[in-house]
Amino acid sequence: MNYVFQFNVIWEHLPALLHGVFLTLEMSVMSIGLGSALAMVCAYGQVASSRAIKRLIGGYIETIRNTPVLVQVFVFYFSLPILGLKVSPFAAAVAALTINLGAYACEILRAGIESVPRGQVEAGRALGLSRLQTFRFVIFFPALKTVFPALSSQFILLMLSSSVVSTISAVELTAVTNSLQSTTFRAFEFYFVAAALYLGMSLALKAVMHIVYWLSFERNAPSVG
Amino acid sequence: MDRTFGLGEFVFLLKAVPWTILLSLGAMLGGGVLGLIISVARIAPLSPIRWLATGYIEVFQGTPVLMQLFIIYYGLAVLVGVQVDAWIAVLVAFTLYAGAFLGDIWRGCLQAVPRQQWEAAASLSMSYLKQLRYVIVPQAARIAIAPTVGFLVQLIKSTSIAAIIGFVELTRAGQLMASATFQPMIVYPIVAGMYFLICRPLTSLASIFERRSHAATGTKWYF
Repeated sequence: MNYVFQFNVIWEHLPALLHGVFLTLEMSVMSIGLGSALAMVCAYGQVASSRAIKRLIGGYIETIRNTPVLVQVFVFYFSLPILGLKVSPFAAAVAALTINLGAYACEILRAGIESVPRGQVEAGRALGLSRLQTFRFVIFFPALKTVFPALSSQFILLMLSSSVVSTISAVELTAVTNSLQSTTFRAFEFYFVAAALYLGMSLALKAVMHIVYWLSFERNAPSVG
Repeated sequence: MDRTFGLGEFVFLLKAVPWTILLSLGAMLGGGVLGLIISVARIAPLSPIRWLATGYIEVFQGTPVLMQLFIIYYGLAVLVGVQVDAWIAVLVAFTLYAGAFLGDIWRGCLQAVPRQQWEAAASLSMSYLKQLRYVIVPQAARIAIAPTVGFLVQLIKSTSIAAIIGFVELTRAGQLMASATFQPMIVYPIVAGMYFLICRPLTSLASIFERRSHAATGTKWYF
């Protein structure tokens, strides 16, 4: 083994790497926000709409869940211009990741919604709540609490899979690392540090989700016993 | 030199499918062995072993599989001194990746077996390994089938990332054909369709197993 590790080159390029971290976080947060909104709409559609719409949403979920995210990114990137939309690679990446997360998160939310006993829905209606109010207070909130851990892992998975969008020349941490290693010829060192940064981001995201969980479900919860 | 997407191009894509399947099965097999060790280590009575297994799972689940691929691809080159074959690198990387996920999935299954089963086995004066081998693992295996098939789907989809380091499987073949024909809008949906045909039956199989294991809970626990 004649290879000499040179990690000091990393220090010189640290600002660029940190900018990559920022871009990855920006891309992830945008996709998580938009994807969650899409998932909520789809989940509502799946429990409270006509059969045709249910089929449509089901088909969308099946398609996304059974194809790789990388291929979805390619399809999106090349199909948006044909639809007449001229978008940046970054926007195309956010769109693809949003569509991807929408399907997975919808499936998770639906599982949560189905875990709410039917009697509670009837109780909500009997109390004079409207359909939307029942959905919001009686179904959605408790369901969200049940599936919150699954949802946070899905968010972390999304952040990690955002690394593949460097293939459509969208710039985030992986793309930054790729270009740095090709100019410094220190591939191993740069990928090692980038992996460590990703690990840091997923641990941070996990911590944030824990705090969000506590703020939304435990802080004001009535204590039992 | 205007090449359009035709039968020849379709066959080229089709011929790449076995590589995707081979890579997935190889990684599943290697990852299965590794995952078994990790899941058992994860519930071991000795805490240092548990921490080691937890750390392994955290690192591999907390970093993108693409980064793992790059590190192993370039790391093996550093260790061995020569550039290793892309096939070896991707197989090693996906084995380590599958090992972490299967280790975590199966840890959950092992822990789902009621404590009393351990106690009952211990009271029959079985050793720790015997308790595991004859009492806990057979019961955990029943619960494990559905999530394991589910993970296989995830693994098959993840192998598409091997395309980025130039390993020619289905997605890489798609990239090659897209740039040869300039018709990405035809090529990529076909590639997606091929993945769908591979993954969809497995997804339904997983949900069948899931329903069956739910039905079995409580009634047919021991077999």
